[in-house]
Amino acid sequence: MSNRILIVAEHDGAHLNASTAKCVTCAASIPQSEITVAVCAADAAAVAAQAAALQGVAHVISLEHPANAHLLAAVLAPQIAAIAGPFTHVLGPSTTFGKDLMPRVAALLDTAQISDIMAAESATRFRRPIYAGNAIVTVDVDSGSKVVGTVRMASFQPAASGGSAPIEKSAVSAEIPSHTRFVSVSAARSYRPDLQTATRVVSGGRALGSAESFQKTLYGLADKLGAAVGASRAAVDAGYAPNELQVGQTGKIIAPELYVAIGISGAIQHLTGIKDARTIVAINKDGEAPIFEVADIGLVGDLFQIIPELERLLG
Amino acid sequence: MKRILIGIKRVVDYNVRIRVKPDGSGVVTDGVKMSINPFDEIALEEALRIKERAAAEEVIVASIGPADCQQQLRTCLAMGADRALHVQAEGVVEPLVAARALLKLVEREQPFLVILGKQAIDDDNSQTGQMLAALWQRPQATFASKLELDGEKARVTREVDAGLETIEVDLPAVITTDLRLNEPRYVKLPDIMKAKKKPLETLTLAALGVEQRQRLKHTRFDPPPQRQKGVKVKDAAELVAALKSKGLL
Repeated sequence: MSNRILIVAEHDGAHLNASTAKCVTCAASIPQSEITVAVCAADAAAVAAQAAALQGVAHVISLEHPANAHLLAAVLAPQIAAIAGPFTHVLGPSTTFGKDLMPRVAALLDTAQISDIMAAESATRFRRPIYAGNAIVTVDVDSGSKVVGTVRMASFQPAASGGSAPIEKSAVSAEIPSHTRFVSVSAARSYRPDLQTATRVVSGGRALGSAESFQKTLYGLADKLGAAVGASRAAVDAGYAPNELQVGQTGKIIAPELYVAIGISGAIQHLTGIKDARTIVAINKDGEAPIFEVADIGLVGDLFQIIPELERLLG
Repeated sequence: MKRILIGIKRVVDYNVRIRVKPDGSGVVTDGVKMSINPFDEIALEEALRIKERAAAEEVIVASIGPADCQQQLRTCLAMGADRALHVQAEGVVEPLVAARALLKLVEREQPFLVILGKQAIDDDNSQTGQMLAALWQRPQATFASKLELDGEKARVTREVDAGLETIEVDLPAVITTDLRLNEPRYVKLPDIMKAKKKPLETLTLAALGVEQRQRLKHTRFDPPPQRQKGVKVKDAAELVAALKSKGLL
């Protein structure tokens, strides 16, 4: 195997994030690849087992250290750099975890990073979006250079499970800095599907008018559809929805089967986040709104009348 | 002196509709409006607010790029920055090169805080801040939506996929800004006049001892695949029928 690929696993200490399975699919599209997943954790057993079960993974390395209880870039980067030597490629997900970590790894390895890989055409040629997805650039890496990259989540399906790679424990030899400390994370735990991986997403914009109205109007429909809830930047800025729901260039870039945009005009930065959705439905009172340029099914009208009616029809 | 260093990138304005050149050699940038990268403007605003609270004494803005960058640096001076550093460079400046140049400026100016935008809206790389922090061997707090300084430490709230994460970092540190950190001020006309008298120093990558190495070659630019224009339905019942016919319900 000429291409040895190291993937940095994203997890919450107990569960492997689906982003890692997508990185495996990207890595597997590189010819003649042998895939290793690195799991940095305080106790890596559960997550390493999940990584080992992904089809296409040849090896899992677990790096256990008390400082790995929280995945801080400054703490993880030297550990990844320390084991990266034999690998031709080091990949992480283009999630906030990977975007934070991977450039730090790249700099330690004295190499450039390719952000948001949407396709690997060879081991040294990749395609990635720039200008909010308004252009796709083909990037060639000098052969012989180590490739560090982040994998665009909307471009790859997660690898299936069913594999059984060996898990090897590796001692953490890198010096771990103490200058960066985790304090807290405030995540609204939701029983709804995760926005990044959901097959259906119902998303709201500023036209919802208030946080109460956003909740009342959108959440019922989302539950009827079994959908995750998303929001435009305008809705998040206005305080109608929390930041983790933002879809777009600077929020989450998603690729659900069904995306329902409600009261979203469709700024170019928002459209960037939904370009890969299979079917886009737009409901908006302004028939000239740019969202209708990309919508597969458009409905012009008052969302406050249409949504309750839609919920009723869905039973 | 307590200094904050801000990195500024000149980019195609966010309102410009980007077009790929027909020969695939790049995107059209001739004659289009150029602006300060919006995230960098947020970085500068944050620094100015810190200085206005008397928690910093000097705000320095730096930009790496062609001579035209000085327009954006002048705007930063008009917003309230004290002085500007222009590192002249033609052609592609990769994030690792930018980070190395910023490191040289950090060594020279000894700031206690470096604030950069979380990404530039042209190449959407989101790398420079993290790379600078790695080379400087200092903490990074990316995607910041709240920054609280407390003596030798900073507490930073970060916008992450799960929600809001708070971390504590020792200073000096690199912060990268998210959209909701603040709303940048508008430049007032008298300040534009005053900015003309503020110091703007020109440097070069070579003088800083930074090699402008390009490791990634951009071999082709393509427009993104266009979505087919869809159909309009007239009410909720037709919408449900259309979804059913697509097998989505």
